[in-house]
Amino acid sequence: MSETMATGLLDAMMQQQSIPVPRRLRALAILPLLVLIAGCSGTVLDPAGDIARQQRDLIYISTVLMLLIIVPVMILIVVFAWRYRKGKGGTYDPEFHHSTSLELVIWSAPLLIIIMLGALTWSSTHLLDPFRPLDKAQADMNPEAPREAPLRVQVVSLDWKWLFIYPEQGIATVNELVLPLNRQVRFDITSTNMMNTFYVPTMAGMIYAMPGMQSTLHASLDRPVESEGFSANYSGKGFSDMRFRLRGVDDAAFAQWVEQARASGRALDLAAYRVLVRPSERVPPEMFSSVPGDLFARIVERCVEPGTRCMSELMNHGRAEGGHGAMPPATPEAAPAPGHNISAAVPHAGMPEAH
Amino acid sequence: MFSATEPASVSEPSTTSAIFGRLSWDSIPFHEPILLGTFIVVAVLGIGILAAVTKYRLWGWLWREWLTSVDHKKIGIMYLILGIVMLLRGFADALMMRAQQAIAVGGEQGYLDAHHYDQIFSAHGTIMIFFVAIPLVVGITNYVMPLQIGARDVAFPFLNSLSLWLTVAGAGLVMISLFVGEFTTAGWLNYVPVANIENSPGTGPDYYLWALQIAGLGTTLSAINMVTTVIKMRAPGMTMMKMPVFTWTALCSNVLAVAIFPALTGAFALLMLDRYVGTNFFTNDLGGNAMMYWNLVWIWGHPEVYVLILPVFGIYSEITSTFSGKRLFGYSSMVYATVVITILSYLVWLHHFFTMGSGASVNSFFGIATMVIAIPTGAKIFNWLFTMYRGSIRFELPMMWVVAFMLTFTVGGMTGVLLAVPPADFVLHNSLFLVAHFHNVIIGGVVFGLFAGMIYWFPKAFGFKLDPWWGKVGFWGWVIGYWVAWTPIYIVGLMGTTRRVRHFDDPSMQIWFVIAAIGALIILIGILGFIMSIVMGIVKRKELADTTGDPWDGRTLEWATASPPPSYNFAFTPVVQDLDAWYDMKKRGHQRPTGGYRPIHMPRNTGTGVILAGIAGVLGFAMIWYIWWLAAVSAVALFVVAIGHTFNYNRDFYIDAADVERDERERDRLAAAEA
Repeated sequence: MSETMATGLLDAMMQQQSIPVPRRLRALAILPLLVLIAGCSGTVLDPAGDIARQQRDLIYISTVLMLLIIVPVMILIVVFAWRYRKGKGGTYDPEFHHSTSLELVIWSAPLLIIIMLGALTWSSTHLLDPFRPLDKAQADMNPEAPREAPLRVQVVSLDWKWLFIYPEQGIATVNELVLPLNRQVRFDITSTNMMNTFYVPTMAGMIYAMPGMQSTLHASLDRPVESEGFSANYSGKGFSDMRFRLRGVDDAAFAQWVEQARASGRALDLAAYRVLVRPSERVPPEMFSSVPGDLFARIVERCVEPGTRCMSELMNHGRAEGGHGAMPPATPEAAPAPGHNISAAVPHAGMPEAH
Repeated sequence: MFSATEPASVSEPSTTSAIFGRLSWDSIPFHEPILLGTFIVVAVLGIGILAAVTKYRLWGWLWREWLTSVDHKKIGIMYLILGIVMLLRGFADALMMRAQQAIAVGGEQGYLDAHHYDQIFSAHGTIMIFFVAIPLVVGITNYVMPLQIGARDVAFPFLNSLSLWLTVAGAGLVMISLFVGEFTTAGWLNYVPVANIENSPGTGPDYYLWALQIAGLGTTLSAINMVTTVIKMRAPGMTMMKMPVFTWTALCSNVLAVAIFPALTGAFALLMLDRYVGTNFFTNDLGGNAMMYWNLVWIWGHPEVYVLILPVFGIYSEITSTFSGKRLFGYSSMVYATVVITILSYLVWLHHFFTMGSGASVNSFFGIATMVIAIPTGAKIFNWLFTMYRGSIRFELPMMWVVAFMLTFTVGGMTGVLLAVPPADFVLHNSLFLVAHFHNVIIGGVVFGLFAGMIYWFPKAFGFKLDPWWGKVGFWGWVIGYWVAWTPIYIVGLMGTTRRVRHFDDPSMQIWFVIAAIGALIILIGILGFIMSIVMGIVKRKELADTTGDPWDGRTLEWATASPPPSYNFAFTPVVQDLDAWYDMKKRGHQRPTGGYRPIHMPRNTGTGVILAGIAGVLGFAMIWYIWWLAAVSAVALFVVAIGHTFNYNRDFYIDAADVERDERERDRLAAAEA
């Protein structure tokens, strides 16, 4: 927890203490201390990735900006309440109910703060948009190096566990995410049934995993970390235990881990997927040595089962029937194809972005 | 595609299912000791009350004086009773959640399984917003606003009665779900995909949908009624810019409600179609889109926050001005701030799901729009501040609530603006930090203000003040309890803990949840203190009596009439010269006329509201349990009674001038006896 936020809260407490209410004082006196302790172990405020760090800094900056106005207001509330209580000598002027200059101040002071915050919001929202690749962050880290393509990870929220597909490595895991350090990762995210958010507090902010849609998050880790990720959106019975392990490791360890997965010998074929997709809770981490290259695309398109028609096909069909002409086929973007495809009979489908 | 749960298999037709639908003995949770215990307590209490009413032969009185009443004052009081009763239920849910989270850490699973816990947090939110906050706000508006504008009743007195009883019917369905079947597990807005038929084939989401459709109809009708009343029924001389601030905020709040409730009704209706007839508006397949549901419910949901808080801002304004002995500072800027908030509140709903992946520009727009609301809200805080400035502040209970509100609410406002910064929301969305934020503004804003308002206007409604000692117990219980309960939740939120979680692996969390549970118990003292202040107020009503009608040296018209006011409110409709009309009349040495009374035209009581709402409740129950014959019968009955009522021409009557004179003389006599 930052000094500033804690002091700000402390200030707030101090003012509350000075209103004539001694009992409240005792209850509040310990609060700043508690806040400080919390900060030490808080994952949101103790990031291991550049995005999470910027998000934390933004929380600090916004808080300080707001305290600029909150603190004086709270002091004034207490001072006025005390000073103008009946019969205690404060000037009484029942006709004081309008002052143009004062009104200008009370509208423009919050306005100024909001203008500053608004500008900050506009730039930071664009800069930290999860769909935006971290080119700037990478350039800062090593401006000389040739731009490295991000590592691709496909994330699927199942009821109630997480499936991670590494398409370039051709492996998949359940409830375990291992990432190499200092390398940008592009997560493509979807869900089979419920809406969840894919969230690792130490790495980057969250984004929803939604059935039939694909969302994207860019992030990187810059120090070794053993951490946890989870869903922040309630998704039914098994939600509380829908957690996965995150490990940030160096390149060598990552390569070794990939080899280990490949050697594990279990393929994520249609049969294994059918078992996996059934609702289950508290699932221990699992590894798969291979995975069909189009599995993720088919999950998004809701046509994993052979014989079901993919969404884009249905839509094109509907459009054609409606006489408006077929949509041009979307390009399969997120599914390079090492490994085999689940069903060669159904043509590969494009992917709608959740944007 | 595989679905998570098999859809409910419709059992083969049999006589039992033809009569009872899917209702059976299995629907009653005999195996849940907590529910069974609760049921026994509720049943014993209920039978006790019914027995008492029968023993003292009160049924006739209850029916004539209360259930069929179209008097806005009695309807207001009944709304408040509903809100307070449901507060106890909602708070019991809160205590159970707090206990579960304080216990269930590490290997410990706590005492609630997922199915039960998920129902509890869903019911807590649903009840606290729809059946506590809304009835309390509507109740105070109903009671106070017509008096403030010098009217005899609202524009549509029968509609008012119908609105009340529809809300009660909705609340009744939610309560029944506790003992017959189940409540939704899909959160307080019944989110899809959890609430889709494939994922929740049970009765839970149906209870939710029918309870809220029925209650929501009541709220919509009530809002239409209030808007019309303010527009059409103000006393002569009361131009818009001479309306009391509470009336202004009530107007804006109800305009908002009229605009947003249809969106909610529409969203729920579409979900009902999905669940009952198999359409695909919000399903995962066949072109359905759950995001659409989220958009629709939040287009209602965010303005709803302002539907609740605006009238409460009005309450704070009235109290600050009265107890500072000053006219409100910056009346017109207060009015403009209210109107600006009303308009802006439509433009912010997307901030509830920045993280669904709208583009950066869309997120920025909604983030900044949200922050802009802080400007008029900040202006309001300053206006109250400068109303206190150079005042002569009497720190009676309502004013103590105002100061506690100002200090608590500013913190909640700050965390709210923080959450409006999209990248910050990307780490705080759905966290306990967010939960702490909205409890900070709802408890520290809406609830504190409702207590302030109930204490402030209680002597108007009943002719005596609430017991101040117990009132202070209630005040300190709530204020201390709030801070002890919610500061730890802010902290665990910053630690990355998310909401609606039933148990935690990390043992370092436990201490925070234990502190939060203690805070909840302190709030319980606050609730009991408030109830005791009513009980002791009744016991000591002679000492605490007010015969003047104006116990706080008030400034607006409701204080010009007797406490409690006669059914016709004012013997003569007041003529308004200035803002703070009653203060102005007092200053000019106003004397009440002592003769020249004339008959007063009043609406007649009718039982149609109760009957229609009762039938609506039965219809809901029948639809929830697939009892199709009963649904058909009650739907027909609903139409027949509603149309039949339009042929009832016996809707009004005149109070004799002699009766008015007798009432007014009695008031003078009491006041003289007191003096």
